[in-house]
Amino acid sequence: MCHQTVSLIARHLEANGMPTVVLGSALDIVEHCRVPRFAFLDFPLGNPCGKPFDTAMQRDVVAAAVALFETARGPQTMHLPQRWSEDEGWRSAYMAIAPEDREALRQSGGARRAERQALRDAGRVRKE
Amino acid sequence: MPLPVGYMERTRRYYEAQAFSEPYRWARFDDAPFTPLPKPLAESALALVTTAARYDRSESDPRFVDSGPVASPPERLFAEDLAWDKNATHLDDRGSYLPIERLQELVAAGLLGALAPRFHCAPTEYSQRRTRTADAPEILKRCREDGADIALLVPL
Repeated sequence: MCHQTVSLIARHLEANGMPTVVLGSALDIVEHCRVPRFAFLDFPLGNPCGKPFDTAMQRDVVAAAVALFETARGPQTMHLPQRWSEDEGWRSAYMAIAPEDREALRQSGGARRAERQALRDAGRVRKE
Repeated sequence: MPLPVGYMERTRRYYEAQAFSEPYRWARFDDAPFTPLPKPLAESALALVTTAARYDRSESDPRFVDSGPVASPPERLFAEDLAWDKNATHLDDRGSYLPIERLQELVAAGLLGALAPRFHCAPTEYSQRRTRTADAPEILKRCREDGADIALLVPL
């Protein structure tokens, strides 16, 4: 949802004359929403600027993303070359649903709906 | 090369397993607005926008747009309420998601004009309407107040 939120904000800023770059890791969500300039780092969600404590990598990623302000001549996605790891297991593990998890997930969904209803009942919701 | 993860499809299956009745409708547009850079990057002031927060949002409904000074940023931000890969990685290094120092280095090197004095925290919303009609205009207003020419948006 973070990627959709910033994509909508980027579209708004851009439509009002402020150039933007989105630097993120969810390619499908951002391209579905369409943004003016997208620097895509194919990493697990959470570290869109490079691996934690790898300052050199972060410097390269951020510099490439910022350079896109000047190089893009129209809406563009730039695929950054950095790799997270030789082990690609994170791709299939994210939000994976094992058969034995189903009951717990159904219950957590119910708890989440109850929590949201409680917030609505308490008036702790946005009015806009 | 491995294929990028399909997050919309994973999310759809996950919500379905949580017995939500309707699949989430992701924002979809066929084209994007585009504003050419009005002046060189080396003369432009950049505003930084994140989806992490300076406060614990799980305790703070309703959520709201917030801003903090880049001159004295917190060591880390709150994001436990957000969907990111908590198994594969962590947020112990702020530089991996809010790159204030890396941007300051670009300014020092003369590649970027300036970093705007505040970074902005956008609340992640299921309601696209709230983002479009309330949060996005508020962030634009704050960027302009700070004299920003351009914005870098970094979602978790």
